[in-house]
Amino acid sequence: MTMQTLPRRLGVAVVTAVIVWFLSVKLDTFRDYQIAEVAIEVTAVAGLTVLTGLSGQISLGNGAFMAIGGYTTALLLLHLNWPFIATLVASAVVTAVAGAIVGVAAARLRGPYLAGATLMLGVALPALASAYQGIFGGDQGLNVTFTTPAFLGAAFPLTRWQAWVSTVVALVTLVLLANLCYSRIGRNWRAVRDDEVAAALDGVNVAVARILAFVVSATCAGLAGSLLAIVTSLVAPGAFTITLSIALLTAAVIGGLGSLPGALWGSLLIVLVPTYVTDVATSHGLSSSAGSNIPIAAYGAVLILVMLAFPQGIQGGLMRLLALFTGPEPKARTSRDAPAPHVTPPADEMSASHHEKEGTT
Amino acid sequence: MVEFLQFTLSGAVFGMIYAVVALSLVLIWRGTRLLNYAQGGMAMFTTYVALEVIYRTGSYWAGFVVALATGVVLGAVCQLTIIRPTLNKPPLNAVIVTIGLLTLLEGLAGIFYGGQYRSFPTAFSITGLKVGTTPLGVSRYDVFVAAAVLFTTLALAVAFRYTSAGLRMRAAAFNATIARLAGIRVARVLTVGWALAGLLGALAGVLVSPSTFLYPNSMDTIFVYGFTAAVIGGLDSPVGAVVGGLLLGIALSYAGGYLHSGADLVPMVALGILVLVLMVRPDGLFSATQVRRV
Repeated sequence: MTMQTLPRRLGVAVVTAVIVWFLSVKLDTFRDYQIAEVAIEVTAVAGLTVLTGLSGQISLGNGAFMAIGGYTTALLLLHLNWPFIATLVASAVVTAVAGAIVGVAAARLRGPYLAGATLMLGVALPALASAYQGIFGGDQGLNVTFTTPAFLGAAFPLTRWQAWVSTVVALVTLVLLANLCYSRIGRNWRAVRDDEVAAALDGVNVAVARILAFVVSATCAGLAGSLLAIVTSLVAPGAFTITLSIALLTAAVIGGLGSLPGALWGSLLIVLVPTYVTDVATSHGLSSSAGSNIPIAAYGAVLILVMLAFPQGIQGGLMRLLALFTGPEPKARTSRDAPAPHVTPPADEMSASHHEKEGTT
Repeated sequence: MVEFLQFTLSGAVFGMIYAVVALSLVLIWRGTRLLNYAQGGMAMFTTYVALEVIYRTGSYWAGFVVALATGVVLGAVCQLTIIRPTLNKPPLNAVIVTIGLLTLLEGLAGIFYGGQYRSFPTAFSITGLKVGTTPLGVSRYDVFVAAAVLFTTLALAVAFRYTSAGLRMRAAAFNATIARLAGIRVARVLTVGWALAGLLGALAGVLVSPSTFLYPNSMDTIFVYGFTAAVIGGLDSPVGAVVGGLLLGIALSYAGGYLHSGADLVPMVALGILVLVLMVRPDGLFSATQVRRV
């Protein structure tokens, strides 16, 4: 089975790449930009879905890691003129170190306490950029210059190149994460998530597993931040607000926690729903304040409805639909991969057992 | 020395606001084991309602009372309609639903009122009080804020301690199954918890808005610090929420006052305090020592 999964994953990645290539060539500049946006989002969300879904730790501060990645890339491009690929690697390394530091601090924390600490991290770190204007350019941020390579010709649209680069990074990240999840490390994470004591008794180093999950998720966020820097040509504190961190977690849960395809569905939803509603609103000639706020309200309503309609996220809903057509066979697979450790006991005892557990954040 | 006194007092006033927000989070956490990320958004919304009423009637107190009443209704309605269906689902679902609610409320506020900053009236004078010639750094209005928070907190504490409704709420928070066996309608108690939290949030919104202005995201920062205060104090402890709020308010006031380019570093100081407290006590200052079950 393991022998077949690697070629299969590579196959899926190649097919996706071809689809994205086709779309990017056929569609206009704005859609290219959206492809890049989705790719960036997926990269960050995939890391978070692994952290929260597999290792059972929550982070409301992954936007901070994106900021670290973005600023690393911007500073290296600006001062040292490194090639982008080198800055990408450097951003990954720097955020991995940052992730390790946060992971060490986080390893003792549970549920809402971890959520609170990471939320504060997400607020505090981007504010540093405002505090140290000399290095980070203050609220205006740093400009990033990124151009198409010479061999594509001068007429090649920059956004298409940005979409390609982002997609390649996203796909490579996804393939690596998929392999990681089914390796010994991934199994350790799931063991730690389901029962720390049992995992420790089986020889899993709980603290190391938890810290490693933070490193992986931070690295993904760092890559995403690096991509964001070159796609938006700017890194500024305003790009890494707490709203971003919360949107990442939202995408992970809405898509289906712990599922990499889910990370894609979630990212598509949070990038496309607001744009789609804006298009509809402006085509109906609504005033600007209503026009700019209706997408926000609609996005909120969609979050609530999706969560109530698909408790296991979009991926969970799709799997259930699939099971309706093909019979119960693939269900066995989903239930093994299912993110939530909370197998539903009868409704009555649930709320009771809830209270003894650490509960929600 | 005078400066120190001013920072302490004004910090304590802001701490009172954080304490109310923290208290509202603790109320919901104890009942439903859920952190309500929409708490700030609900407070923002009820404050817009207050502003509307104040414009229409010209009376601050009418707006004040209507805001608190709206908070109660909004809390109860939200719990009944969108939170209750998530209670038997994976725990993060409820979190995302509250985030969705926050986004929805902020969007609605933007649609109805636009994004611009609005000033919010105060009930009392905001000129600084003085003892002799020494300015204290707080105004008559700040004294009202502190008094309103203290009164509400004490009233809640008394209600929880001495009324049968309070006893039912404590029982439901302590153990839902046993409470249910004792004939307590736990589901209803949870709704009441959300209603009370809505009231506290509305109070915080009305009290803080003169100093922060009112706009769709105006309560975000207050919520983050309220959350931090609740985590510092320990999410199960109402006393912890108040102590955490005061501690954070005063510490952040010192940071903003004494540090160079303090305003941008305030969140970093808050993070530092939070990490420090959690390193020593991972479940907050006032947590009861808990045995984790295997």
